[in-house]
Amino acid sequence: MAPQLLVVGEVADGHLTKLSAEIATLAADLAAAGGGTAVGLVLDDAPGAAAAEMAAYLPRVVSVTPGGGDDLAWAPRAAAEALRLVADGATHVLAGVTNDGRDVAGLLCGALGWGLLANASGVAWDGDALVVEATVLAGKAVTRSTVDGPNAIVTVRPGAVEPSELPAAGAIEARPPAAAPLVPAAVVLDRVAEAGAEVSLEEAKVVVVGGRGVGGPEGFALIDELAELLGGVTGASRAAVDAGWIPYARQIGQTGKVVRPALYLGMGVSGAMQHRAGMQGSQHVIAVNRDPDAPIAEIADLFVLGDLFEVGPALAAELRARRGG
Amino acid sequence: MTKPVPDPAANAERLGADLRLDRAASPTVVNGNDEYGLEAALQLVEALGGEVAILTMAPAAGIETMRKALAMGAMRGVLVADDGLAGADIPTTIRVLATAAATQAFDLLLGGLDTSDGAGGVVTAGVAARLGLPLLSAAAHIEPDEASGRVRVKRLSAKGYDLLEAPMPAVVSCTQALGTPRYPSLKGIMAARTRQVVALSLADLGGDLAPAGRGWPSRVLGVERPPARAAGRTLSGAPADAAREVVDFLADRRII
Repeated sequence: MAPQLLVVGEVADGHLTKLSAEIATLAADLAAAGGGTAVGLVLDDAPGAAAAEMAAYLPRVVSVTPGGGDDLAWAPRAAAEALRLVADGATHVLAGVTNDGRDVAGLLCGALGWGLLANASGVAWDGDALVVEATVLAGKAVTRSTVDGPNAIVTVRPGAVEPSELPAAGAIEARPPAAAPLVPAAVVLDRVAEAGAEVSLEEAKVVVVGGRGVGGPEGFALIDELAELLGGVTGASRAAVDAGWIPYARQIGQTGKVVRPALYLGMGVSGAMQHRAGMQGSQHVIAVNRDPDAPIAEIADLFVLGDLFEVGPALAAELRARRGG
Repeated sequence: MTKPVPDPAANAERLGADLRLDRAASPTVVNGNDEYGLEAALQLVEALGGEVAILTMAPAAGIETMRKALAMGAMRGVLVADDGLAGADIPTTIRVLATAAATQAFDLLLGGLDTSDGAGGVVTAGVAARLGLPLLSAAAHIEPDEASGRVRVKRLSAKGYDLLEAPMPAVVSCTQALGTPRYPSLKGIMAARTRQVVALSLADLGGDLAPAGRGWPSRVLGVERPPARAAGRTLSGAPADAAREVVDFLADRRII
């Protein structure tokens, strides 16, 4: 049976997320390689722009507007739409490694009983079966896993592929919403924006990270300054988040975000295993720390032994000087 | 729901020759995100009354890790242990936990957002689907209201948090943002020894929970170590010199 891959798209501020564009590209590639088809799903109050963006990567996109009434949690509704597309013939479901993507994947896994391959950094066919490459056990091992049988659910990490548009945009098909969410959906009473929470650490090319050595919330001014000079984003270790210096949304590590930027610059970060699980895929690692025995030295391309409040300003000055010259 | 996992702090996790987690290689602790949920549950029960029970699916030795959760204050435990579940895949884990949870009365079923070993982050949502209950995921705060029979949860979002509300019973996935778990007190450790843990087998749960025969449909085909990073350089000179070298490094690699 020819595979039909379904991509559950995610929308942020009216636009398709970069991760969803990557997964759409991955699905189109897999469909081409496997002699099958790929379809995208966009569920949003105003899906138009995101659906058009997704159709740049996929031959067919199903666009659903939930309609009036309460503002309901997204994942149970998206899972219900995905379930309809499975009834129409989708054999594999791909979703992103985000809170929403994992919710949809988990709900579908519970409802369908299909095998699930999590945290894919690469996906390919081996005969009729999808084989997924994933980093496991806090980065200690890379596994290749598969599911027997014609169906699977896959969650995909950022950076598996670069988005690549089709020669011609795909067809967009607007559908009325499913009768009911997959499980009774929670009502969203409020959406609260918190200062400093809105960042896309996973997509940043440069991440500057403050750790315990930053010493307090005011110390993050230096981290922010370096991030801005490098065109990057400020992240934090768990120690800094637990101390309340910066929101949880900035946390990098096993219980936070997993990043793989071109440059990771750690300032006063010791590099506990918990943290390394979230950053060891970085292309280049530079660390500044007073402690010569800090574990992050083991994985740093450059380890600057010194006080971050001396090295940091010197680095900022040097970056400004080069930029000026 | 509390899962015993290799202690991430011990940094000794590995896969065995059978490509399954080598449970003997590392000390075992309650999964971090599950522990945040347990702490939240204990605080709710301290404030509102009621009971905290823990549900674990693990080999029989998993009871040792459950004792740690009982020592924190959980009042009783249910352990689903069965040789037929060794290496169980995700859909089976979801089915078994949902079936076991359905044997218990509860207002809130709390699980971790993900686990530090498998890190799939889908099981709690899957259990909600099997039970047909509302899912409130990525919780940073949990506030049940007995009078209305509804629960409010602050759910972490890309911009901050969303305030969600759903009728109970409901399923909640828990995060570190719920707050630091307590250490067990000596009194708690003593009390944990006598708290009841009911052991359930697959036969006790009934139904076709695990596929017959050998092997799971989801399989690990191979495992390798990630490529080692090349040894780096240490710069220990004056800050201005180190800064110049760092910027040279970045310029050489076209990062700036």
